[in-house]
Order: sequence, then structure tokens, then C-alpha cells
Amino acid sequence: MKRDLRFLISGVGGQGTVLASDILSDVGISSGYDVKKSDILGLAVRGGAVVSHVRWAEKVHAPVLEEGSADYLVGFEWVETLRRVSYVGSDGTILVNDCRMDPISVSSGEAEYPNREEILAILKKAAKNVIVIPGLQTALDLKEARVLNIVMMGALSGLLKSEEFLWEEVIQRRVPQKYLDLNRKAYRRGRALVS
Amino acid sequence: MKVLLSGNEAIARGAYEAGIQIAAGYPGTPSSEILENITQYKEIYSEWSVNEKVAMDMAAGAAYSGRRAMVTTKQVGVNVLSDSLFYTVYTGLEAGLVVVTADDPGMFSSQNEQDNRHYAKLGKFPLLEPADSQECKDFVIQGIAISEKFDVPVMVRTTMRTSHSKSVVILGERPPEKGGVGPFPRNMEKYNCMCLYAKKRHPVVEQRLLNLAKFAETFSWNRIEWGDRKLGIISCGVVLEYAKEVFPQASFLKLGMTYPLPENLIREFARGVERILVIEELDPFLEEQIKAMGIAVVGKEFFPPCDELLPQTIRRIAAEKGLIPETGKKTGVSSPASLPNRSPVLCPGCPHRTSFYLLNKMKLPVAGDIGCYNLGTLPPFSAQHTMGSMGASIGVLHGMGKSGPPEHPVCTIGDSTFFHAGIPPLLNMVHNKGIGTVIILDNRTTAMTGHQDHPGIDKTLLGEPTKRVDIYGLVKAMGVEKVLQVNAFDVGAMEKALKECTTFKGTSVLIAEGECVFVAPTHARAAYEVDVDLCTACGLCAKLGCPAIVKAEAVHPKNKRNKSGINPVLCNGCEVCAQVCPTGAIRKIAENPGQQG
Repeated sequence: MKRDLRFLISGVGGQGTVLASDILSDVGISSGYDVKKSDILGLAVRGGAVVSHVRWAEKVHAPVLEEGSADYLVGFEWVETLRRVSYVGSDGTILVNDCRMDPISVSSGEAEYPNREEILAILKKAAKNVIVIPGLQTALDLKEARVLNIVMMGALSGLLKSEEFLWEEVIQRRVPQKYLDLNRKAYRRGRALVS
Repeated sequence: MKVLLSGNEAIARGAYEAGIQIAAGYPGTPSSEILENITQYKEIYSEWSVNEKVAMDMAAGAAYSGRRAMVTTKQVGVNVLSDSLFYTVYTGLEAGLVVVTADDPGMFSSQNEQDNRHYAKLGKFPLLEPADSQECKDFVIQGIAISEKFDVPVMVRTTMRTSHSKSVVILGERPPEKGGVGPFPRNMEKYNCMCLYAKKRHPVVEQRLLNLAKFAETFSWNRIEWGDRKLGIISCGVVLEYAKEVFPQASFLKLGMTYPLPENLIREFARGVERILVIEELDPFLEEQIKAMGIAVVGKEFFPPCDELLPQTIRRIAAEKGLIPETGKKTGVSSPASLPNRSPVLCPGCPHRTSFYLLNKMKLPVAGDIGCYNLGTLPPFSAQHTMGSMGASIGVLHGMGKSGPPEHPVCTIGDSTFFHAGIPPLLNMVHNKGIGTVIILDNRTTAMTGHQDHPGIDKTLLGEPTKRVDIYGLVKAMGVEKVLQVNAFDVGAMEKALKECTTFKGTSVLIAEGECVFVAPTHARAAYEVDVDLCTACGLCAKLGCPAIVKAEAVHPKNKRNKSGINPVLCNGCEVCAQVCPTGAIRKIAENPGQQG
């Protein structure tokens, strides 16, 4: 009987969370799980808050998670991680990219962006394990901010201790051939961030 | 072969495996990916029609000709196509016809939360509701079979969650290709709904519904799954899957076909359980019909008619009503209420920005329409004061103008929306001597739904080159006297044109031309930067609502406000902020000669 695993990926439209959740889902299938996932598409992708739900289990019914049930909350940005904190289970893990993106409500002066330490304190209250990684910096070191999603999945694969070859195989299928090397590097560097 | 597909991808696959040959629709979230995915199957002719009604008529013509056909739309598109859908119920068809409606409980991208299942009852046709991607595929195939067996169009209704979730699908094959079609049927008593003939068709429609209800009793996706007999649950769609997680022990009556209902099966289920819950999203569509059979059930007394009905909502209500023990579930920590919101925004380099900046500045009353530009409603623009349905802006503008307002009224409408439903109301304004300015925001694509083609584009959905309809010429031909065409990225020219149009006592049209950043090759444009010494922290650039414009750390010594900065990764050099800056502090980043070539 396979273990029931629940993931929530949260970020800003344009950060590549949908591709990340597609890769995560494919790896689940390759690992022999039943998989369901759910994305928000449409207008939200224009810089809005986006979230993807992914479930791996022997048999999955609902493609969405209930609050307090995520084994892994993967946050691509500080405020977007905090926004979905209610989804993580108390013995779950929060993997967060050390990245702040000011929404228009902040840059126009209507709202305040909470400070990093405040956010971290709440995340730590919510889940047993909180891991902060320099995901964006790792992507920028590769001179391509757009591989952030692959860096994040690399780190998640390290936490899951799942087979590297399964991930690399899926990434090979999912990214354009032209950028395969870059994405493979991003995956490996992401994985190295947590080991 | 097993693959992970979204509901929409699975519907496209279902079209392939059902032997569908013609598919048409108009883009709209959450339905748009269906037709986009159909293009991978070369056996199917597909097109973005100008609107949903045209797509429906086109599919009817194909099905009359003997081609299996499909129409795709979001829920409100059925309002547009219903006039045509309803006549096809009277006429029937020569080959299968399926209409897919993707409803949007939770209103992620819609102006209302209507439950399109009611259309099946109103229009008297069968309705299928898939619960996952496998059923999305299967129900298109079943839909075509039912359509051909009963000579009736079939509606397949998904929701945002079924359309945009992915789950495992087992792929099948396409039936052997049918050759050409024969001569068009000259069967006017069937295909011409002239009152004389239609009157004779109505009894056929009623008898057919009775036959379909009999069929529903044996449809494999209507089935009882016996569990604990104390509680029976009747449900459909993805919500049934949620209910299975909340009530793993209960007995279930799964309904894959939700109109007409299998009355005998429902009675058998009712006899077998002590108590029945009907769990359905939005309206009490099943509940009311089952209650009318004289069967006692509980539904909307417990479960709300608004919003997505999520598993956690079902669980909370079930616990409150004592249906399940209070779960000892690990409770999560909540996010603080003061979290800054992150609404979608016009992209950096969006051509619509200038128009909304100016409309805000000129404080004009604006009737709005549906597209990305509806983001002009939100701060810092706050410049679209109404929005209701596709193309409504121009009719609303005309009503504003005829009311004798103290200010000159304006409306905003995108190019695709103009083609969809903006032409008749503009003709109406010309004929009836309307007063007001129509701003056509021509970004050369259907942007919000994912950049689909329309008559103003020189390529079809299948990638074939085609004639591009010229909006200027079209508007002129419609008889509009004052028509101006302006580069949307030129703030000065736009302001001048807007002033000229809004002082004209008649119907005027301003075509603001600028390509969407997703279709124009903007990556070549250099980013801009702010000269901190010249910036006076006046905040004018922040009124452009551009995600690339940020607060800099530097503070102006006099007004103590943060100066502005530009995020070079996000900026794509549209230059609008540089034109707006009163001190010339915003300039192009000097190009590094080393990066050339």
C-alpha cells in the first residue's frame, strides 16, 4: 500500500508553478502512484497569486487538498507561502524560496509587506520542518530566472529522497530540448541545496 | 496506454476517440484548452468562431450534413448560444452533436456563478457530468453515442475543477474514418423550424425525453455503490469524489447522467438506505427533482448554494451536523488577515496601460467590457465603472449617452470582444444617433484566455494564413463619422485623440493599437531605469500600475517619500513611464556593446 502524499505549490503567476506541479505529478505516476492535481488558470496567471494541488496515493479521489493536510508546502515567494500556510499539516514540511516580490498593493503604498522574520516565525509555528533555500539566486547563478521552478523541484526531490533518474527523465520530457542542459543543472543544484 | 490529462485535454482526446470531425467554440476560462488541444488531432477540423452562437450554428450545419460535431464554451457562453442550441433539440441531427459547457463555481474567471444544468431541463436535452478526466473523455464518446441513438444534441458539463484538474486516463483508438458526406438533406419538416413544422416536432421532443429517462436507468455511469445503509449520498461530478473522502463508509448513488434522471434507480436507492443526503455544487438541481418524486432528502439545508463546494467545506458541515465524528485532524495555522493582496495586474509592456492611465486622469465615466482590460477596474486606475457581459459596453454606452449625462461617456472594448458582440451595438449607435466614445483596445489577440486568434488576426486556429479584417475600415463602413487610429504606447497622441473624440457630439471610435506583450517580439526592447538624482518621488509613474515599477530605497529629502525604481527583469521597455515622468528621470539602460549580436 502506497503512502498518501499531499503537496501544495504556491507562488506568483509567471513563476512557473504549473510546470513544476506537472513535473511533480509525472514523477508520482512514474513511481507507481495514482495521481491527481489541480491548477488555477486564466486571469490569475497575470501576476496574481497562484496555487497548485498535487496528490500521490494508492487511489486518489479529490484533486484538491483540505486545509491542515499538506505534507509539503512548496512556496516560491514569502507572502505566497504565508498565504497558504493553513494547508500544511503540523508534522508537514514547508520548503520556501527566499524571494520577495512586491504586489502592486505594496508598491502603490496601500499595503505593507510583512517582514521576513515575522513570516518565518508563523511558518515555524505551523509546521515541524521549515527549510529556506536561495532558489531564485540559484536560478540567477545559472543566468536564467525562469528555471526557478526546476530548482524548487530539485530541492523537493532531495527532501523526498526519491530517485534522481525518475525526475531527470520527467524533466527531459517536459522541457524544450534546447534548454535541457540548463534545466538538468537547475535540477541538480536545487537538489544539492537540501542535501 | 495511461497518461495524466487535464479534464480539458481529456475532452479533446474524447473528441478524437468519438470520431468527431468538426469542432468550434469561442475561448473562455475554464474551457479554452479544449479546442487548443483538439488541434493536435489532424483528423478534426477545428476553429475559433467569432462567438458561441456562431460556433453552435456552425456545428449544427456540420451535424445536419452528417459530420460528428462538438461545441466548446464557458458557462456564460451558453447564454449566447442557447438560442441556437434550442432549435437543434427540435430538429435533431444526421450525426452526433455534443456541446461542452465548462462552468465556474467559485467564479475564478467569470461574471456570475450560473449553474448550466438548468439548461438541460429548459431545452429538453440530455446532460452528462464527468467527475474526473477519464470520465471527461468517456462522456464525449458516450455523448456522441446518445446523440445519434436519440437524435438529440447532448450537453457535457464540467466545472473549473474538472476541467483544470489532471488525473489518469486510459487512451483508446479512433473509429475508422467516415468518407465524404452525401447531399445535404432536404428534410424541411425536420430541419426547418417554421412554426407549422416545429409544432409537429414538439411531441417528438417530449417522447424523446421519456425514452432518455428509460435509458438513464441502464446508463453504466448511473450506479449504486452500497456501503453502510444508515447514510446514502446522491451526488455527481467531482463533488462526488470529495464526498467519498469525507464519508468513506456511506452508500453512494453516483449520477453520471443528471438529466433526465433515472427515477427507478433513485427509488431503489432510497428504499435501501435510512437517510439520504444530496451533495451538489451550486443549485439544488438534483435535489428539487428528487423531492418532486416524493422522496425525502436533505441538500441545500446543509450545503451552501454559493461558491465551490470543497472537500473541507463538506467535512466541516458534516461534522457540524453530527454526520461524522469531529475529526481529530491536525489543525493548521492561519495566515494573518493583513496579508497584502496580490490581484492580477496588466503585464509590464501592456498596451492597455496608457488608456486606463488617461481615463483615470480625465475622470470620464467608462462602461467596460470583458478581457484583460477589465483590470483597468482596479486601483490605481479605477477606470471601468460597469462590466456585465461580452459586448455590453457599447450598448451601455449608448444608454448612458441617451440619458443626457453631464459628462461625455466612454466605453472600452477589446478587439476580440468587439468582433464577438460589439458590432451590432455600434451599428445601433450609428443608426440611432448615439453620443459617446468607443475605445477599441486592439492588442491583436484574445489575450485573457490565452492568445487565441479572431477575425483581426491573419492566422486561423489550425495555423493557416487567412485574411485579416481591418477594424478601421470596418468601423468606417459601419458609418461612424469620427474614427481615430493611434499608437497605444504614445501617451501624448492618445491623450490628444481622446480629447478630440470626447468633445465630438456624436458616435466616435478611438482604435488604440498596440500588440499584447505575449504576441509581440518585445524581448529585444531594452529595459528602462530611474535616475535617482532626477527622481522627485512625485509618484506619477506608480499611477501606471506597472509591476516593474517598484519603490526604491532612496527617500526624497523634501517630501520624505520613497523614490521610484524599475525592476530590469520585469521591464520590457514599452517606454510609457518615461513619457509620463515630468522630470525625465526614466531612461533606457545604456546598451552594453558587448551584448550585441
